[in-house]
Amino acid sequence: MIWQALTLQLGYNATLVALGATLLGIAAGVTGSFLFLRKRALVSDAVSHATLPGIGLAFIVMVALGGDGRFLPGLLLGAALSSGLGLLLIAWMMRRTRLSEDAAIGAVLSVFFGAGIVLLTVIQSMNAGRQAGLDTVLLGSTAGMLQSDALVIAAGGAVVLLLVLLLRRPMLAVGFDPDYAAVSGTNVGRIDLAMMGLVMAVTVLGITTVGLILIVALLIIPPVTARLWTDHALRMVVLAGVVGGLSAYVGAAVSATAPALPTGPIIVLASFVLFALSMILAPARGGLALIRRQMRFRRRVHRRQGLLALAVGQTIHEPFTLALLRREGLARADGVPTDAGRAAAAKALLDEARWAALRADPAHGLSASRYDALTRIETVLTPDQIAELDRQLPRPKEVS
Amino acid sequence: MVAMKDTNVVQAAPRMGAAHALPPALSVAGLTVAYGEKPAVFSVDMTVAQGTMTAIVGPNGAGKSTLLKAVLGLVKPLSGEVRLFGLALSRARDRIAYVPQRASVDWDFPARVIDVVLMGLHRELGLLRRVRPEHLDRARACLARVGMQDFATRQIGQLSGGQQQRVFLARALVQQADLYLLDEPFAGVDAATEKAIIAVLKELQAEGRTIVAVHHDLSTVRAYFDHLFLINTRAIAAGPVADVFTSENLQRAYGGRLGEAQLAGGAVTG
Repeated sequence: MIWQALTLQLGYNATLVALGATLLGIAAGVTGSFLFLRKRALVSDAVSHATLPGIGLAFIVMVALGGDGRFLPGLLLGAALSSGLGLLLIAWMMRRTRLSEDAAIGAVLSVFFGAGIVLLTVIQSMNAGRQAGLDTVLLGSTAGMLQSDALVIAAGGAVVLLLVLLLRRPMLAVGFDPDYAAVSGTNVGRIDLAMMGLVMAVTVLGITTVGLILIVALLIIPPVTARLWTDHALRMVVLAGVVGGLSAYVGAAVSATAPALPTGPIIVLASFVLFALSMILAPARGGLALIRRQMRFRRRVHRRQGLLALAVGQTIHEPFTLALLRREGLARADGVPTDAGRAAAAKALLDEARWAALRADPAHGLSASRYDALTRIETVLTPDQIAELDRQLPRPKEVS
Repeated sequence: MVAMKDTNVVQAAPRMGAAHALPPALSVAGLTVAYGEKPAVFSVDMTVAQGTMTAIVGPNGAGKSTLLKAVLGLVKPLSGEVRLFGLALSRARDRIAYVPQRASVDWDFPARVIDVVLMGLHRELGLLRRVRPEHLDRARACLARVGMQDFATRQIGQLSGGQQQRVFLARALVQQADLYLLDEPFAGVDAATEKAIIAVLKELQAEGRTIVAVHHDLSTVRAYFDHLFLINTRAIAAGPVADVFTSENLQRAYGGRLGEAQLAGGAVTG
């Protein structure tokens, strides 16, 4: 069943819904990347929670006018209006009071969400039957989704992607260096506003599929995942789109096989799996690479310290160092150096002596700054320079 | 409000020069900038003639960077007027380039050196035009000018402080501006970078462009600049270095801190 869902064999409606969700996921990952690079990822949390009172009010108004309370474009309009109001409030609080952005976000997020929950409760007591399923806006569901809903979401996602394509340059410039961007004539305030507008659009479009509580994950996890794999901004944006699209696709398809499962949590779990894998495996920034680098560094430090200790006639007792030297055949089990160990120790000592001479000589300031107690001097100086340096050294003692 | 009127009177003074003379690259009149309720810059007048190289010098917290940021429109002045080549800032943007303090950005941003330099062309490219080979060539030429041609595809996070500063200068160079405004370009850079940067700035001046730099090292003022603007919240003295760089003026700018400044900056002749 799940395999059929993933290969789009559950019928026309389920296929359409899965494709709509995928487009939404791509738009979310791409838009979220710019938000992440601007270091304002948390704003999306306020935007999404602030949609709830708008959804409730839109439902009440549509029912009062004798229409269908679940008419999607109407709900989306209500959501957009109230999250827009939330954004304006955050901006106003930061400008007029001394509150920092995170405090303003926290205040707006909780008050709007609380008001929304109250409205949902009121709706439930209003008129049974017709509001059925309005609480799916919290966690998302593709179960009752109509074809027209899927088309609205897909079209909206496509428009968002086009606008991002158009605004990518100023959004990146503002994310890296807002002052410089402002001096070159970019209206930083307007670009930030446009970015927030795009985030709002993604959020509003995602309410029915992902749900407003978890849409923030679809805006944040894909860029963070993509950042682990690349140091190139536009590549990161594209990759974030792929991660977001893939997660949303898996979520929508799986939830089509089991209508009781809310879609949002599955989408979030799918993106989290991709994130966790990247966190472990990514080549430069991943956990394994980091551990490998740290271990290699630790071995170098211990080896060098051990050799320098041997050079002055000490025996090695520290277990890690001893194991390291024994594995290379440089020391015996009792910590006494082998012949090879004595030679290596003498070499390390000579290297230190050369470095000391180099650092004492003001003419070599730049090279001397490369000293880190581990780098061998041969990698910094040419053989000629080393020979020159050696002439300043006291004659090295013969190794017995 | 009375104080405002006073500054408005001062404002008229620096608009000088006969019709045939070039407008000053930068003129500031009666500029006051405050953070909260403390003025960082108070009623400052400043004129920078085209083709000169001016150092803005003063003790820490004297409003040097604030003055520069007000000129660039990055902080809003309480009063006063700024003109660039006789024009308002919005009409002079194509003629100015800004080199911010290196520490003002996050260098972990996912970008390569060439990407940062290309940001200098964003204004020219607008939203729709593509980056073409000739744009890349220009960016690479500017990197070569600051000695960074081999670093074009390097990750910006891997650069040393001096290399970061050179990249910022290259980004400004690609704009081909007439007025370069730099905020502490020599702060925390190695000696080789300092030499490279000053060489480029002198070349720019030789091409007839104007340089204004916030500067903190008294020992190099004479060697690097031809004009000096001493500030400590108020303008203290301004003019050619030979006339203004006196121990008397420095005493007025630095007050009790001059001893330290001299120690840090080497001998000051009066």
